[in-house]
Amino acid sequence: MKNINQKDYKDYVDGIVPKPTYFKNCIWAFIIGGLICTFGQFITELVMKYGLNKKEAATATPIILIFLGAFFTGLGLYDRLGKFAGAGSIVPITGFANSIVSPAMEFKREGYVLGVAARMFSIAGPVLVYGFGSSVIVGIIYYFIY
Amino acid sequence: MVYIKAFLVGGVICVIGQLLMDGTKMTPAHVLVTFVTSGVILTAIGIYEPIANFGGAGATVPLPGFGYALGKGVIEAVKKDGILGIFTGGIQATAGGVAAAVFFGYLMSVIFNPKTKK
Amino acid sequence: MAVKRLGSQTILLKNPPSIIATGSIVGPKEGEGPLRNYFDVILDDDLKNEKSWEKCESKMQIDAINTALNKSNLTEKDIDYLFAGDLLNQIISSGFAARKLAIPFFGLYGACSTMTESLSLGAMAVDGGFADKVICVTSSHFSTAERQFRYPLELGNQRALTTQWTVTGSGAAILSSEDKGPFITHVTTGKVVDPGINDVNNMGAAMAPAAADTIVQHFKDSGFKIDDYDLIITGDLATIGKEIALDLIKKEGFDITSIYTDCGIEIFDNKKQDTHSGGSGCGCSAVVFAGYIYKEMLKGNLNRVLLVSTGALHSPTSVQQGESVPGIAHAITISNKKD
Repeated sequence: MKNINQKDYKDYVDGIVPKPTYFKNCIWAFIIGGLICTFGQFITELVMKYGLNKKEAATATPIILIFLGAFFTGLGLYDRLGKFAGAGSIVPITGFANSIVSPAMEFKREGYVLGVAARMFSIAGPVLVYGFGSSVIVGIIYYFIY
Repeated sequence: MVYIKAFLVGGVICVIGQLLMDGTKMTPAHVLVTFVTSGVILTAIGIYEPIANFGGAGATVPLPGFGYALGKGVIEAVKKDGILGIFTGGIQATAGGVAAAVFFGYLMSVIFNPKTKK
Repeated sequence: MAVKRLGSQTILLKNPPSIIATGSIVGPKEGEGPLRNYFDVILDDDLKNEKSWEKCESKMQIDAINTALNKSNLTEKDIDYLFAGDLLNQIISSGFAARKLAIPFFGLYGACSTMTESLSLGAMAVDGGFADKVICVTSSHFSTAERQFRYPLELGNQRALTTQWTVTGSGAAILSSEDKGPFITHVTTGKVVDPGINDVNNMGAAMAPAAADTIVQHFKDSGFKIDDYDLIITGDLATIGKEIALDLIKKEGFDITSIYTDCGIEIFDNKKQDTHSGGSGCGCSAVVFAGYIYKEMLKGNLNRVLLVSTGALHSPTSVQQGESVPGIAHAITISNKKD
C-alpha cells in the first residue's frame, strides 16, 4: 500500500468523525451547572439565616458542596450525572470533589498510602498547583504596585 | 431573584467549559486548571468581583470562583500583612475547601468501592 | 530456504493446524449484546467475587482455557505451549493466569491485535512440528483498561462519540496437529503503520490503515479472490475505523464491502448499549472468534474467514509525550477445508 500522507489523512478523518452534539451538550451543561449553583445559593442563604456572616458563608458553602460531591461520587451517582451534564457537573466545586474521590477510591486496592493518598490529587493536584501558583504571582505583582 | 441570577451565571460558566471540552478536545483536568487560573487573573484585574456580586453562588461555586477566592484572598492579605500575605493570602482564603476536599475525599474512598460504568 | 512463504508477508501452512475447541467468557454488558447466544459463559458482574478487576481478568483467561480443555477432553498436560496476551502493563493477566497452569508459556503483546498474533504463532508452532497441541488466549476487561489507559471509573467525564468500549471477556482456542478442522491455512503478519493520529479517543482511525494494509497485502500474497471468502472481519476498528478501512481498501482496487464487518461492531448494539463507536480490546476479537465465528464455521454457515485483529501500539506515557498512535493488524485465514 502507498504511504499515507499524515496531514491529508488527518483532514480526511476529521471529515468523517461524528461531531459532538454541541447544542444538546450545552443545554445539559447549562441546566445542571445552573441548578448546582442555585443549590449553592440556597445553602449560602440557609447558613446566613443561621447566623453566619457573608465571609463565613463563603467558606461554609464550598465545604458543604464538596461533601455532597464526594458523597455522591462514593454512591456511584456522580459519574452518571456527568455523562449527561458534562461541564455542568465538572466545573462546579462538586466536580472538583468528584475528581478527588474517584481516583482515590479506585486505587484503594493499591494501598492507603501509595494508592488512595497518592492518587487522590492526580486530577485535582494540577488545579491546586496552578491556583495557588497564580495567586502567589498576583500577590507579588499587587505587592509591588500597592 | 438571587436564585435566578445564580442559575444564569452558573449555567453560562458551565457552557463555556462545555464548549472548551467539545471544541478543543481539552481534558477535564485542562478545563479545571484553565478555569481556576483565569478566575485568579480576572479577579486581579477587577473583572470577576462584579460578576460575583451579581451572580452570587453562580459565580463562586464553579471553579473560577475558587480562583476568585484565591485572588481576593491574596490581595487582601497583601494589603494587611505586606510581603508575607503573598504566600498566606490565597491558601488561607481557600483553606476550608481544600481541607474539606482532602478529608471527605479520603473518608469517602475508605467507605465506598468504585463501581464499573454501565 | 523458507519454503512456506507466499509473497512478502504471508505464509501458507502446509500442515494446517485444526482448531479443535474454543472457550469464550464475557462480562454482563457483552452478555446483553447481539452475540450473547454464542458465548460459553456470561458473568453476572465484572468482579466475579475477586478482590480486584485485574484478578477477575486473569481468572477469565483461566476459565476460557478450562472451558476449551473440557470441551476437547484434554488436560493441561496435553498442551505443549500457551500463547497468551492482554492489555495490562507487563501483561499481568496472562502471566498470572499461566502461574496457575502448568503449561510452557509465551507472553505476547500486540495490543488489541494479540488474538491473531497468538493464533499466528501457535499455528506456526504446530505446522512446523514443534508442538502437537497449543492454546492461544487473550483477554481484556473494561474496568482494568479504563483505569490504566483513561480515567477513573467514577469520574464524571463525558466520553467522546469516537470512543470505543473495551470488551470484558476472554477467548481461548486449542490448535492441534490433527483433526478435522476448521483449519488455519494462511497467516499474514502485519507491519506497523502510523497514520499520525494523536487522538486516543479515535483508535479506529489510528488502526484502519494498518488493517487495510494487511488485508490488501493478504490478497496480493495469497492469490485469493474476494469471492473465496465468506467473511472478512477486523478486530476492533468500530464504526469510524470500518468506514476508513473500506475506503482505503477500495482505493487499492479491492471492494470487500459485501463480506466485511468488524468484531467491535458486531458485539454491541451501539445505539441501545451506549457504546458510542463500538467494542475494542484484545477480548473483542477473541470472544467474537471463539464464540460467533468458530461456532458458525462448525455449522457450515461460514466456510472461509479472514480474521484480522487490529491493535494500537501506544501507552499513556507515549500519548502524554505527544507521540502519535501506531497501528498494527495481523490476519489469519480460517477455513473448513485444508485446501
